[in-house]
Amino acid sequence: MSLLTCKDFLKELNDYLDDATSPGLRQEIEAHLAECPNCWVICDTTRRTLRIYKGTDLYPLPSEVHQRLMEALRRKMSQSKNGSGQSKNGS
Amino acid sequence: MQPELAPSNGTDDAGLVRRAQDGDPEAFAELVARYEKSIFRLARNITQNAEDAEDVLQETFLKAYEHLDEFRGDSKFYTWLVRIAVNQALMKLRKRKTDRSVSLDETFDTGEDTLVREIAVWADDPERLYSQDELRQILASAIESLPPIFRAVFALRDIEELSTEETAQILNLSVPAVKSRLLRARLRLREKLTRYFKRKGDDVFAYL
Repeated sequence: MSLLTCKDFLKELNDYLDDATSPGLRQEIEAHLAECPNCWVICDTTRRTLRIYKGTDLYPLPSEVHQRLMEALRRKMSQSKNGSGQSKNGS
Repeated sequence: MQPELAPSNGTDDAGLVRRAQDGDPEAFAELVARYEKSIFRLARNITQNAEDAEDVLQETFLKAYEHLDEFRGDSKFYTWLVRIAVNQALMKLRKRKTDRSVSLDETFDTGEDTLVREIAVWADDPERLYSQDELRQILASAIESLPPIFRAVFALRDIEELSTEETAQILNLSVPAVKSRLLRARLRLREKLTRYFKRKGDDVFAYL
């Protein structure tokens, strides 16, 4: 028999999904999930939400953005070279 | 796709930072190559704007270069970089709108608001229901609908995979504050995606 309520479960959901719960608590959570279809669905769909986000790079770096960054850095580096010698360290 | 300075030589960040501090531009370029993708993605996720994200990307690395001597190695170089990027990104948001939701200090009710509205089983392979473009649109608009602080916490913890402690440090939040925002972010995204991914015919609503 599970001692966790649905609210308790929700509080532990993050740690459970992150594999950060103690083995004892983990067992309690799994006992609750086995007998509470709602919490099972919440757990399953939240886990899948994370998996989908982790598996999709929504914003890959466009190559022209990379190029412009490198240009900006080159400008910056040549400025500081002209300004105060090679190294920023000695100044 | 793009020409990349691959982090092939196995040098750790600390070594590269020391070389960059001694004036070796290639070492700094290597650090850029390691982290530009992550910084751009983070900036894009927080600002929700392509132009702002590019500005944040440039400002972050230019500032890092300028202030490299001030980096003492108390934290990881990447965490230091992310901190600069998050600050720049939040500044962009504040400039763009005088939206109260941009504040990081805002206190949220961590207790009794409704965390879960809709509970429905998802289709077995819901990603297959949509084209790649549609799927990206669905995922992006779900993140966009979150308040900025939730976006920041979710992006740092679940996309860039920083620890709770690092995220707390970067955002100047307590560990419990990060945890409660992350839970809300995850559950809200879950809820948004449920609209698209639920198994047809199932319409179960429940309130917890």
